[in-house]
Amino acid sequence: MTETSLSAAHREAEARATRTRYGLLAPALIIILAISILPLGITVVYSFLEPGTYGGVVWNFSTDAYVQFLFERDIFDDTLTFDPAYLSIFMRSIGLAFGAMIGTLILGFPTAYFIATKPRNQRNFWLFLITLPFWTNLLIRTYAMLLIIRDEGFVNISLMKLRLIDSPISILYTDTAVFIGLIYSYLPFMVLPLYASLEKLDFRLVEAGYDLYASRWKVLRHVIAPLAKPGIIAGCILVFIPGLGAYITPELLGGGKSLMIGNMIAIQFGSSRNWPFGSAAALILMMLVIIVLLIYAASAGRGRRTHG
Amino acid sequence: MPETSNATQSTRSDRAAISARSLVKTFGAGENAVHALKNVDIDIRENEFFTLLGPSGCGKTTLLRMIAGFELPTSGTILLDGQEITALPPYKRPVNTVFQSYALFPHMTVAENIGFGLKMLGRPADNVQGRVEKMLALVQLEAMANRRTDQLSGGQQQRVALARALAPEPKVLLLDEPLAALDLKLRKNMQLELKSLQAETGITFVFVTHDQEEALTMSDRIAVMRSGEILQIGAPKDIYERPTHRFVADFIGDINILEGEIAGAGDGTAQVRLKDGTTISSRLAEGMAQTGPAAVAIRPEAARIAGQGETADLSGTLENVVYFGAASYLHLRLNSGEEFVLRQPGGLDGHDLSRGARLGIAIQPGRARVLE
Repeated sequence: MTETSLSAAHREAEARATRTRYGLLAPALIIILAISILPLGITVVYSFLEPGTYGGVVWNFSTDAYVQFLFERDIFDDTLTFDPAYLSIFMRSIGLAFGAMIGTLILGFPTAYFIATKPRNQRNFWLFLITLPFWTNLLIRTYAMLLIIRDEGFVNISLMKLRLIDSPISILYTDTAVFIGLIYSYLPFMVLPLYASLEKLDFRLVEAGYDLYASRWKVLRHVIAPLAKPGIIAGCILVFIPGLGAYITPELLGGGKSLMIGNMIAIQFGSSRNWPFGSAAALILMMLVIIVLLIYAASAGRGRRTHG
Repeated sequence: MPETSNATQSTRSDRAAISARSLVKTFGAGENAVHALKNVDIDIRENEFFTLLGPSGCGKTTLLRMIAGFELPTSGTILLDGQEITALPPYKRPVNTVFQSYALFPHMTVAENIGFGLKMLGRPADNVQGRVEKMLALVQLEAMANRRTDQLSGGQQQRVALARALAPEPKVLLLDEPLAALDLKLRKNMQLELKSLQAETGITFVFVTHDQEEALTMSDRIAVMRSGEILQIGAPKDIYERPTHRFVADFIGDINILEGEIAGAGDGTAQVRLKDGTTISSRLAEGMAQTGPAAVAIRPEAARIAGQGETADLSGTLENVVYFGAASYLHLRLNSGEEFVLRQPGGLDGHDLSRGARLGIAIQPGRARVLE
């Protein structure tokens, strides 16, 4: 009798524990559902509908949005012809995001190394300087960049005053301007994970490298870079992925001439009034990001296996 | 043991592998300046097992790092085989280091670690592989070639570090307290292994340690350092039996140091009058002051309890007996109030060893020494 009542009490306690568990999880689950899964679901649904004349959607199933991404439908006879216009915007975005990733890596690595080799009590000061731009809105910082690189801006005026150039170099509203803007905006995202990796680096290994006939460059290549690999990969992902979907930077510095995916999607929801196509483009962009992450996961997994 | 090492030393070439001339290293400046090395001169011979011995902060590691090229001397020069290398970066010196922490590359296998130096020197891959295999055999780690270094035990990591440093066939191998992290038994084994590796490879070893026993068992010659200075250089037997400096005598092994004053000297011997009035005949090294205050050093094993009817050199009351089986350590209080420890071999029969017993102490002729 005591045994059955004991097991009953046990079951009761277990049920209570389960209830508590779900009760505590509920806020997190609701937030994930509301801000992540629900909007994504809406986007998926919209991408398979027809556009309404004044924006919004018409509830008819259609795959036109995806077809439109690669092909142009003839207005009169419905024949499809290949149209690389949107694809080229995607390719430009990938190119610019990749370039920004390489650029921030080249600039960020020495910066992170510099901070990581400072005495411990000085590092926070340098990290503070790296994160300082976050205190100002990205929009305002991008306007500041616009003022610096425009034809009558700081750079051109200075170069002309120094008589290094006769007429201003037109940077603004080109891919170069977007490229510079992206590097400027995303540099901290590269420096911080790199720093986190380099800070953990055992500098006695660097000494061991020097001792074993490795010059500075060889130590960087064979000792420091492989050990900082997690930081390098994290930094590259943190720059490449948001870079791919950048909106403000190409909007202001590209001036509508140098479009990126983000701007194109925004246009679909705005002046083009084609919500399904905007949704489809957003999903294609997301697929691209997922593919990049899968490649990373695969390479990280392989790395572990070769070590194991 | 020390006898044989002395004999082999005479067959060694006396050419210096490493020479340091008036090395000075000062960290910081002004009032906070730390003098890590104060005018150090040293000659380390080819093929010898040379040990830098001293307490932490004595400058031994600084000296080693300077030979490796990790530190620049404030002034002075370092020569390797007669060539000046003072300002050469570490990767241009044919000198390799076994680090205290081993500093094995965690992203490489054991074999890759060992081959790293040769690869950096640009040796062809098959050449590197052959040498790596040879090194793996030398340190008995053939089965571990493809392991990651964090899968190895401390002793195995130590061997990898050794093999990695020996693989490029350096002219001089520097060892920075490489055994400090090992447990006692493993340390004893590695001491013997290191010694035989040195004999096998014929490479000059410069070994840094604060463990005097380790220094005595392994070295051909020892330099005892304190606060940036070298106090004495010599074979283990010289350092142990003929310390010239009070610090050296005290640092290496157990020793009794008695204060006194030289009453008379001549012919390498001094009569030192101790505080309680007894006079002890002590060896006086060349060039030492023949008058004035002096300290007499006596090893515990150079003294024993004086037998019946024997004249005692010293006398004291027994305070403590520590039994060690083969021998016992007797702690006595001398008339002067100073403590005296002697090592009495064999059984303790026939002596009154109750606490407070008065005992005479006989000192082996010639084993009491005057210290600077």
